[in-house]
Formats: sequence, C-alpha cells, structure tokens
Amino acid sequence: MNGMLAIKGIDVYYDDVQVVLDVSFSVSRGEIVALIGANGAGKSTILKSISGLIRASKGEIIFDSRPVHTLEAYHLIDVGIAHVPEARRLFVEMTVEENLDMGSLKGDARKHRAKTREMVYELFPRLRERRRQLTGTLSGGEQQMVAIGRGLMSKPALIMFDEPSLGLAPILVREIFAVIKKIRSEGMTVLIVEQNVKQTLAIADRAYVLENGQIVMEGTGESLLNNEHVKKAYLGV
Amino acid sequence: MTGPQVEVLLQTLISGLLLGGLYALIGIGMTLIMGVMKIINLAHGELMMVGMYIAYGLFTFFHIDPYLSVIIAAPLLFILGVLLQKYLINPVMKVDSILPENQVILTVGIGMVLANLATIFFSSDYRSTPVDYATKAWYLSDVWKSSPIELSLSFPWTVSFLFSLVITAGLWFFLTKTDTGKSIRATAQDNDAALLMGVHVEKMRVITFGLGSALVGAAGCLFIPIYYLYPDLGGQFTLIAFVITILGGLGSTVGAIVGGIVLGVFESLTSTYIGMGWAPVGRFMIFVAALIFIPGGITSLFRRKRLGR
Repeated sequence: MNGMLAIKGIDVYYDDVQVVLDVSFSVSRGEIVALIGANGAGKSTILKSISGLIRASKGEIIFDSRPVHTLEAYHLIDVGIAHVPEARRLFVEMTVEENLDMGSLKGDARKHRAKTREMVYELFPRLRERRRQLTGTLSGGEQQMVAIGRGLMSKPALIMFDEPSLGLAPILVREIFAVIKKIRSEGMTVLIVEQNVKQTLAIADRAYVLENGQIVMEGTGESLLNNEHVKKAYLGV
Repeated sequence: MTGPQVEVLLQTLISGLLLGGLYALIGIGMTLIMGVMKIINLAHGELMMVGMYIAYGLFTFFHIDPYLSVIIAAPLLFILGVLLQKYLINPVMKVDSILPENQVILTVGIGMVLANLATIFFSSDYRSTPVDYATKAWYLSDVWKSSPIELSLSFPWTVSFLFSLVITAGLWFFLTKTDTGKSIRATAQDNDAALLMGVHVEKMRVITFGLGSALVGAAGCLFIPIYYLYPDLGGQFTLIAFVITILGGLGSTVGAIVGGIVLGVFESLTSTYIGMGWAPVGRFMIFVAALIFIPGGITSLFRRKRLGR
C-alpha cells in the first residue's frame, strides 16, 4: 500500500496529564480512515498534533515521506494537510465567502480561489445563497458546510475531519457523510474522528479504536462493525 | 429654544463630531491591538505623542505642513510599533508568569520611557505648530446670507476630521478586501483556526501593533495643528483611547468609530453646558456608565441581534 501519512509512536501531554500513549497508525493515499472512541479518548488531540496545534513530546509524524511534526502549525496547509476542526471554529464575524477565502491564502490555492469556490458552492448550493451572510448567523448544519468548504479551499491531499456530525440533525448527518465519500471519490484522502461510530464505520475503509489514549483495535470498517467489543461499547447493541 | 440657544447647541454638536472623528482614529488603533493580541496597549497615547513630536520637528526645522507629515510619521510609527512588539512585547508574552497582565505592565513602562525621552530631547515646554490657517474658518452666513443663525466650521478641525475619515476608510478597505487584512481579523476572531488556515499568527501580531501605532501616530499629526504638545500629554490620550475601546466594545473597529464620536460629542456638550474643565469628568461618567449598562460595548447591542445571541 502507498503510505501517505504515518504516525509513529507519539506521546502527547496536556500539562502533566498524558492523553495520547505511544500511538501509531497510517493512512494510505485515497483511503478513508477513521479514529473512533469515546469522549476524551484522545482522538482530537491526535488530529491537533498532526496539524501542529499541539506538539507530541515523543514520536514522529511522516507525511509524503517527510517529517512534519517539526513544522510550524501554519506550514501544515502548505504540505497539503487541511484540518476541519471540532466545533467548526469558523470566523463568525466574517461572511461565508470570506471564510472560504481564508482557506485559500497561499500558493496554488490562492491562484485557483474562484474556481475552487465554485466547486464548493456546487457541493453545497445552500452556501452560495448565503455567501454574503455572517457565518455566526447560520444554522449548525450550514456552519459545518462552511467549515468543510473552507478546508477544501486549500486543495489538500489529506483532509482531516474532527466530529463533523456533532450536534447535527440525522438528515444533515447523512448529507455530511455523503459529502465526505464524494470528497474521497474526487481523489482526496480522508482521516476522520467521530463519535457517531455506526455511520463512520459504514463509510470508512479502515478504522482504529482508541481507548484512554491508546489504540486497542484496528480493522476494516466492516469487520469492526461486526466486532463484539465495538458493538457492545459503541453501538449499544 | 431660542435662536441663540439653538446656535450654541448646533455649534457644540459640530465641534463634538469633529473631535469625535479624531478620537475614533485614536480608538481604532487601540482596539485593533486589543482584538488581535488581547492586551491593552497603555503606551497608546505616548505613541501619539511621538507622532506629534515628529510632526512638530518636521514643521519647525523643515517647514513641512503637519498634514503632510502624516505620510512620514505614520511609517515611522509603524516601524517603532513593529520593533516594540517583536523585541519587547512578544518575548514577554511567551514567558509563563504569575501575572498574566505582564505585557500590559510592560506597555506602561514603554509609555514612561517614551515620555521621558521626549522630555530629555525637547524639554517639558509646551510646543505647537503655528500654521497660518490655524484660525481660518468657514461661516454659514458666507454661503447662506439670510441664515437666522450663525455657525462656523474651523478650517484645521475640518481638515483633520476629513483626513481621519480617509485614513479610516483606507483601513476598512485593507481589513476587508486584502488577504493580509482578513488574516488580521481572522487572528482576532480565532487564533487556532487562523493557524490552521496557514496564517502566520505571530507575524500578524507584529503587523497589527505596527498598524495600531501608525494610526495613532497619524492621529497625532492631525491633532497638532489644533492642540499643543508636551511630553506628558500621552497619558490623557491613552485614557481617551481606553474609554473609547470600552464604550465601543473590545476589539471592534466599528465600535471604536461610534465610541469615538459619542465621546467627542459628549465631551463637547459637557464643556459647553457645564464648563471647560469638566470634559474629563464627563469622559469618566460615560466610561462608568458603559461598564455598568453596556459591558460588551455599543457593538454588543447590534451583535446580539445579528448573531441571535
């Protein structure tokens, strides 16, 4: 397999508390890989350490065969990694269009801004209608669309989603997952962190189960859906 | 109200508005820095004082008009702001300390040093730039012969006000239409999200401090034709900027414009109807009232409606 992202034995601390313990995993080009687990298992922390918002105290993160854990956070977008953060983290006092523009500040993404924006509007027609509106005035679902669109604006090779379905109505959750599948079919690689285990495993090629900061299980999405432990702990069966 | 009373009221409102426009420019500089760095720059007035001495020096030694000196003083203040942020404030921000307000205390220190340097170089004498248009004014009766009341518009006050408008409009364009401007706003709204977008947040802080300094330096040049100058004048303007920032809402540029104008008009009303010396009292009445009744500032009233909070 063509390894694109490799996490090699990272430890992450918040002050004195260790939240990620010796975690290793990999994502291959074109895959949808999911990290699943309960609240506080360390999923978001792993994404944050990939995008440089938090530093791993031990271990390596390799992307496209180069180490990226030493890069400043603002350079991660340059190597082709986009992070759609938990709780969306939009610029609420900017319009939809301004938020999208913020996703394409540099290099090629800046040159193709208008074209990529069109693509985002085609993916989410509702955003085109609301493009002059402040994102703080949008509904939760629309805000999630802006967050995803903003992530796509950098034309990333790898896009990471942190809890994209959080707080959304079931119909919107399905829409968001459908969009994520579509994003992969257009050639991007996806790493997704979710508590909505059932729908996530349904679209994921592979997944890792995280408990107390450690990976306790891995497998294809399908095999984990049928796994007894996963069923009991995460699917409520 | 009788004719003369209306005349006094209108004249007071006009001077208040003109003063308010200049106050807005001072306030915008402080609120920008506040928004991006989450610190109050208590050397703000002293930076304005530096701008005024630059304009004074250029006028006295090179006969350069104070309005022209804006284009020299603003870049110089930008550089000064960048240096202060890069080599003094940023290193202090990175230090973990028991006092999170360390940087604010540092700005007080910077203000003191600037004021004392001004005393050393220029002595504590009062200075001014005696421009030949200092007392020039336009009168309502010049354009409307049969006007029942007489109003005047001071030439330097009006020009300063217009300059302030142009600079504010330029800043608005920069903040809303350019990628750097948007990055500055993004940094103020969500630091981490800005990092994820590839914004070099630390660089934005440096640019913002430079920009805030340049704005207040420009305000200094606009103030000197209508004001006098001495080394300790900064403290008073730091307080004015602070009141405007609180009144308008921390970090809001629109708020600073509204706050500046409200403060200008209010001060003008107090000096007309209560007495010249009472303007600072009025200023603090407004400050306390804002803290008690609209703790989020004027913009919070609009924002609650817009964002449905």
